[in-house]
Formats: sequence, structure tokens, C-alpha cells
Amino acid sequence: MSLGKLVERLLQLIPVLLGVSVIVFVMMLFTPGDPVEIMLGDQHVTEELEQAMRRDMGLDLPPHERFFKFLGNALQGDFGLSYYHRQPVADVIASRLPATIELSLAALIFALCVSIPLGVLAAVKKNSILDRIATVTSLFGVSMPGFWFGILLILFFSVTLRWLPVSGNAGFSSEVEPITHLLLVDSLLRGRPDAFWDALRHIILPAITLGLPMASILMRVTRASMLDVLDRDYITFAEAKGLRRTKILVKHALKNALIPTVTVAAIETGSLLGGNMVVETVFGWPGLGRLVVESIFVRNYPLIQAAVLFYAVTYVMLNFAADILYTVLNPRVRL
Amino acid sequence: MADTVLDITDLKTCFDTRDGMVTAVEGVSLSLARQESLGVVGESGSGKSVTFASVMGLIKPPGFIAAGSIRFNGRELVGLNPAEYRDLRGKEIAMTMQDALTALNPAYTVSDQIIEVLLAHDETLGGTRRARKRQAREKALEMMRLVGIPAAETRLDDYPHQFSGGMRQRIMIAIALACRPKVLIADEPTTALDVTIQAQVLELIADIRERLGMSVVIITHDLGVVAEYCDRVAVMYAGQVVETGPTAEVIANPLHPYTQGLIASIPRLSDLKRRIRPILGTVPNLIDLPAQCRFMDRCDQAQSRCRSLIEMRDMGGGRQVRCAMAPGGSDG
Amino acid sequence: MTAVTDPEAPAIAPKGETLFRRNMRLFASSKLSMFFLAITVGFVIMAIFAPWIAPHDPNAPDLFRRLMPPAWMEGGDWTYPLGCDALGRDILSRIIYGSRVSIFIGAAVILVATTIGVLAGLAAGYLRGWVDVVISRLVDILLGFPYLIFAIALIAMTGPGLQNIILALAYKEWVIPCRVVRGETLATSEIEYVEAARALGAGSRNIMLREILPNILSPVLVVSTVRMAHVIILEASLSFLGLGVQPPTASWGSMVADGRSFMLSEWWLSTFPGIAILLLVLSINVVSQGLRDAFDPRFHD
Repeated sequence: MSLGKLVERLLQLIPVLLGVSVIVFVMMLFTPGDPVEIMLGDQHVTEELEQAMRRDMGLDLPPHERFFKFLGNALQGDFGLSYYHRQPVADVIASRLPATIELSLAALIFALCVSIPLGVLAAVKKNSILDRIATVTSLFGVSMPGFWFGILLILFFSVTLRWLPVSGNAGFSSEVEPITHLLLVDSLLRGRPDAFWDALRHIILPAITLGLPMASILMRVTRASMLDVLDRDYITFAEAKGLRRTKILVKHALKNALIPTVTVAAIETGSLLGGNMVVETVFGWPGLGRLVVESIFVRNYPLIQAAVLFYAVTYVMLNFAADILYTVLNPRVRL
Repeated sequence: MADTVLDITDLKTCFDTRDGMVTAVEGVSLSLARQESLGVVGESGSGKSVTFASVMGLIKPPGFIAAGSIRFNGRELVGLNPAEYRDLRGKEIAMTMQDALTALNPAYTVSDQIIEVLLAHDETLGGTRRARKRQAREKALEMMRLVGIPAAETRLDDYPHQFSGGMRQRIMIAIALACRPKVLIADEPTTALDVTIQAQVLELIADIRERLGMSVVIITHDLGVVAEYCDRVAVMYAGQVVETGPTAEVIANPLHPYTQGLIASIPRLSDLKRRIRPILGTVPNLIDLPAQCRFMDRCDQAQSRCRSLIEMRDMGGGRQVRCAMAPGGSDG
Repeated sequence: MTAVTDPEAPAIAPKGETLFRRNMRLFASSKLSMFFLAITVGFVIMAIFAPWIAPHDPNAPDLFRRLMPPAWMEGGDWTYPLGCDALGRDILSRIIYGSRVSIFIGAAVILVATTIGVLAGLAAGYLRGWVDVVISRLVDILLGFPYLIFAIALIAMTGPGLQNIILALAYKEWVIPCRVVRGETLATSEIEYVEAARALGAGSRNIMLREILPNILSPVLVVSTVRMAHVIILEASLSFLGLGVQPPTASWGSMVADGRSFMLSEWWLSTFPGIAILLLVLSINVVSQGLRDAFDPRFHD
């Protein structure tokens, strides 16, 4: 892919991102209740002070000016103050983000590690018992409500078997000096296998819960594209060349079969963002998803707004990445 | 015959489908002499591709070889285990496919696809892994030059889609010939190509056959291709060989009504006034075929004795025909 | 985005309706699909006739029956087959009434989304030009939002309530049938019989509704079923987070949430409503899969 093409694609993102921020802004505009009153809560202040606050927050400006102010601030990473936390919204989000990223990555890794081998095997042994089991499992996987599945896992592995912790992301004893803020990575970098083990035990169940629907979808995609690829002439030709079966499967079939899988994986990573809210709530995971859910109940609107914008931008970028990945993996579309 | 490279005897290949047992090939006997070129002609569904897929050991379930023998240099191939077959394919017997665009893997460069077959079979490569790769790359370049890729050294690392149709076909031939096989099976080598490119590719195959001293099977539905490039021809119909013999003689004096029909249906520029006579009707369903001449429903010479099992008959001069009506000859 | 349609399978035939019927016959011939269709229909009947089917008032608390176990366990009673919740309400009755919420919201969202999506998709695919540009841009922007997050934010802003939930879920849902219909329409309008109709002087509206619509019925049906299953899970997730229909109305998601704090001992509180969600969603998904297989031309002949 040429640089020009890349720039062109990047430019195409601008209207989408702009549209996204307009929607988030309009959503805020129509939020019932006066932000200043919500912010003040039960405190009583003078009329002048209230007016001053209103001016300060730009609430007295006409909507289009408020939008540009909102956009300008957002571009500088300023999302206002979280009255609930008495901290800038950006700081609160930044403090919760690593846990969410770590959980999402773990779920992604789980989904890829399960779905690709299973999908390939199901395709190679089409109509075998293994194929049937994989198909039925994936059907269950997309039909399972995540919050309930999480509870079942806790009930079984944490309560009954007592193998894994019930909730949270780390025990008290396993605190490590942050480097990347991802516990699994930091504990390894700091040479703390005990902390790594502890973090791993905490992340297994939420990662499986979060990754299950994605794993199911990716399994189906991999199986279907593998079946498609195995039918291609270049596989027959590779056989006619006298290559080994494993070489044919791994080199000739898998690389082509994975193109749709990887593309769908990048897109589906976006849907992990939504799943995070539910899974983090079930497992008491101290991430952004749970923060948003908690914020709803205390009507912490600036935070919700910033988080939604953040999620939406991430989502757009992931779709963009999926696009680029598809181009890179597929030499035919390289221009 | 000591000079026979490939000897197919009474081959029967079936496919166990949901609709019933399809006998795609039955009673096929063909032989290929050293350095000979054999043309196999027939419409789609005549069993010509299945016959040579059987030779390559590429028949997969639900298909299987039900009977017969395939000998390569005297060695029986039917029932060979997968590892032994693998050592043969691409090294001793190679194959090209109809459309290089689909036969070449879009995800790898052409050099990669030539190199891998060399690494799999070429015993002259030696040394470390890296050294073997380097030697294989040298040979790949040599092969690309051999098949006439212009500026081959600059094109080694291009992807298949970056080549024109004719160049892709040449690259596929380069892959097939990389290990200097004794036999090349070219399955419809010209179908996917423009008319002007067709001749170039066929010339290339003929030229390389002479230089490397190999035998070639050209599978085609185009009798014109066979007339030009093949020493001998085998005409297939509904899973059987209906006529074989030296090309010139078969074309000058076809004995089987189907062969006659094929020749009559070729348009000739020199004889525009003559009407092309298509063969009417369609190939019979290959499930539960009755023991009779398979062409009789479309044959204008059919008689009651065609309703019995028709065997291949030796007509002398290396010619054989499967027709009850063919004059003379001795029953085979 | 899930693989909701098969791009290689535009349902195209000279006579749309006969093809659709043929597909439905093929679908009906699968025993597995019919079995799960029966379960789905059973749920719908249960939702419609809930007041007659439910053995008790779903919202009547009784502290004497608090956390009563299911009938087959010690302390259980066959009058309350699945036991009672923390307020002593009959779990079976609440599950039966809860099906109303899931099915009503699922059906309403899909109905709204499909209607908008089909009309917008038809307009974009058939009229093209600026209509297509506007609709496609809008689709692109809405696709830029992660689904659940935006629904949650919308509800957070507007407050929970049946209407708000339906709107929050439908705001983006229509994009999915719209994209499918647009693609199918682009493909279908090139086909001879549509061009023939155009040549005969049929108006745009007539062509869209009479000639094209019947042919995109099959993919739309597949998409709406698979999306309905998804919407039901989304609604349950919202309810679980406390953003769905408000108490005391029974919904499966909130029942699971309520039972969560009791799961160490009174496991039945969360388990049964969870099974209900799984069973309904699974059934719809199997039916959808059956439809897809039946409509896929590769499975024909």
C-alpha cells in the first residue's frame, strides 16, 4: 500500500470522526437537567456564582459555538472536571484505562488462540465429530449472555472448585511498580513471578467471558474461509508439487484463510469495548467499563461523554486498522 | 515395451456421491513412451482430467481408484502410500493446471513458489538451510529464464497477480519443470489464454520437451492443439478412451464416429463454405451406465449390435478403436 | 459486525416469490430448524398469554417464601416450581412475564430497524446519486459507534424506560439491514427482469416495491433473525446493568442481576432466568442458521 493511499484513507476518517463527535455533543445537549445544578448537588450558592460557573463552562454560548469549544477542548485532551472524583475527566479515564486494555488484550488473545486452531481443524476434518462439536459450541458462544456466563464461571471455578479468585484484578500482596500499567507485563518486567501468577489467575475468567462471543465468531469465519481456500486450485497445485500435507495446510492454506479472520478480529475488537462494561461489572474489574456504568448512576455526565467519545474514536481506529491489515495481508489489493 | 514411461491399464475411478456411484473413468488404458507427446481430447466430463488426477494420486474422497493399474517406469502407483507418492509428484511426474491465476498462490512471490518445490525434491541442493535456499533461488532464476520470462532476475520477488496471463502460465510451467520431471501433464494449458498467447505457450512446452527429453501429456478439448503438437492422440468419451493412434493418421482417417464428429466440428478457415457440423445431444449420465456403446444415442451409425459391451479393438499401425461398426481389424 | 449475510448469495430468480417459497420449503425440511422454531414460537406464546399461563402474580412479594428453593430441593414446593426470589416472588411467573420484555423489545427494535433499514437501503441502492451518498455517509458514521456503549450512554442521558431502550437499540440497528438491502438492490437492479420492467415504463416506486423487494426478502429475513437474537442479549445486558425496564417489572437480565448476590447459596435466582435467555437466543440463532442454509444457493441441487 502506497503512502498516498494511506493518507487518503486517513483523510476519509475525518468526516466519520466529526460525525461521531457531533452525535456525542448533541447527546449532551439533550441531556435533561442543568449541568451546573447537578454539579452543585445539594450545595447552595449565590445566583452570581451560578452564572459565573455557567459562563465558565460555556453554557451561555449558542450551540454551534459550544460544539467548537467542546471539539477544541477534546482535541487537547480536556474533557472538563469529573465532579464526582474531583479530578479532570481525562485523568480519571487514564487511571482506569490500563485495566481495560489488559482485559481486552487477554480476551483477544484467548479468542484468537481458541478460534484459529479450532476453525482450521473443523475445516480440515469437515463433518467429523470435532467439526460438529466446534459448530455447536460456537452457536452456544454467540447465544450466551456474557453476564450470566461470567456468573456461572465464578460459581464453578471460584466458589465450588476454589481454583480462581472471585473478582478484582490483583491481590494486595502483588503490587508492582508500574511501567506499562499492565499488570501481567509489569510483573514480568519487574521479575515478580508471584505477582504475574496472581494477575494471571485474576484475569482468566473475565478474559474468557469477554472473549467467548468473539472466539465463536472467529471460529466460524476461520472454518468458512479455510473450507473456501482448501477448495482452491492453488491447493491442488501445491499437492501436485509433492509438498507435505502440513506444509500445504500451514503455508498455502492458512495464510490465505486468515485474511478474513484477522479482518473480522480487528472489527470485533471494537465490540469487546461494549462487552467490557458488562464483564467488568460482573468481575469487579477496575477498568473503564465499570467506571462508565458507575458514572451513570451518579449522573457524572462529563465522564460518560468523554468515555463515549473515547470508545467511539477507538472503535473507528480499530475499523481503520482492520482495513489496513486487510490490505497488507492481501498482496492482490496492494496498489 | 521397455521405452514406456507411463502405463495405465484398465483404470476405473469412481466417485461415491449422494446421487449414486459415478464412474468417471472406466477401462482406460493408455501408455506414454519416453519423449513422446500424447494428446488427450474430450469434452468436459469425458474423464480426461480424472484419468490424470488418478495418475497424480490426487483423487480425494468421495473419489477413489476402483480398479486398474498405473505404472511409472515399471513401478505400480495405485496403492502407493502418501509419502511415497509425495516423493514422486513434482519430481518425477509434474502437472500444470488450466488457469495459472488460480493455481498460483496469491499470497507468495513466484520465486517462493518455485523454490519450495526445489527444496522439497531437489537432492543436488546441499549444505546449510540457508545455502540450500540460495542454490534453489539460483535454480528458480534459471527456470524463469528457461520459460522465457523477460528480465527474470528483476521479477523473482513479484507476486503472481503482477504478471500477465501468458507469463503466469510460463511461471506455472517453470514450477512444474523445476525438478526436471520425466513426465509433464499439462491440463488444458491453453484454455485460459488468448489465442495469440496459446501458441507461444504450446511452443514453449514443445521446445522444453525436446531440450529436457521428457514426455508430455496435453489434456485438451481442442483437437487443433493436438494436431499441431502431439505425436499420438487419445480421444475420450464418457469415461472411456474411444480411439487412439498416431495423430496424423487419426485425423486423416478417424475410425470412431465421435472422432469423426469432433473433426467435422472444427471450423476451418480454408473451407468457409463447408458447414460446421456439431455433434448433437449430450454426454450420458455416468451413474448406472448400461453395458453398451456409450456414444450410441448420439451416433448416426448406431445399429443393434452397438447394444452390447464394446471392447477396444486393435486396428494395426498402433491404432485402436472402441466401435462395433469400425471396419476390419482384429477383436481386442 | 458479525457475518450476518452471505455476500455470495443474492437471492435472485426470475420469480422472486417462488424462490422464496422454495427456500422456505427447504428450511422446513430441516428437523433441527423446525424443533428450535417450535421453541421460539413457544416463547412467543408464553409472552402473549403470560397472565393466563403464569401460576402467580409475578410482582406479589411474600416474605414467608423468601428464597424458597425449587420444588425438587429440600424445602421446595410444587406450587412454586422454580422457587422464589429474595422478596418471595415466584421465579417461574417472573420468567414467564420477563419473556414479554425480551420478546417485545427484540421484536419492536427489529421491526423499527428493518422498516427503516429496508426503505433506506432500497432508496440508496435504487435511486443512487445524492440519496445514496447521504445514506451511506450516515451509515458510516453510525457504524463508527460501538453498539452497547452508545446505547448505554443514550439511556444514561434519557433515562431508562421501554421507549428509550427501544430507541437506544434501534438508532444503529437499522444500519445493518440497510447495508444488506443496499447491496442486494445494487445487484438486483442490474438484472434483466428489472431492466425489462423499467423499459416497460414502470415507475421507480413500483419497481422497488414490486420487483426488487420480493427478491431481497430472504437475506432480510436472515439478517433480522440473527440480529433479533443479538438485540435480546443487548436488552438483557442493559437490564443486568440496571438500565433496562425498571422494577418491579420482571426482566430476565435484572433477575440475573438481583440473584447475583445470592449465588453462593441460592443459585436458582440467577440460574433459571439465565437459562431462559440462553434458550431463547440459541433457538433464534439456530432458526437463523437454518434460514441461511436454506437460502444459500450453494446448498441447493
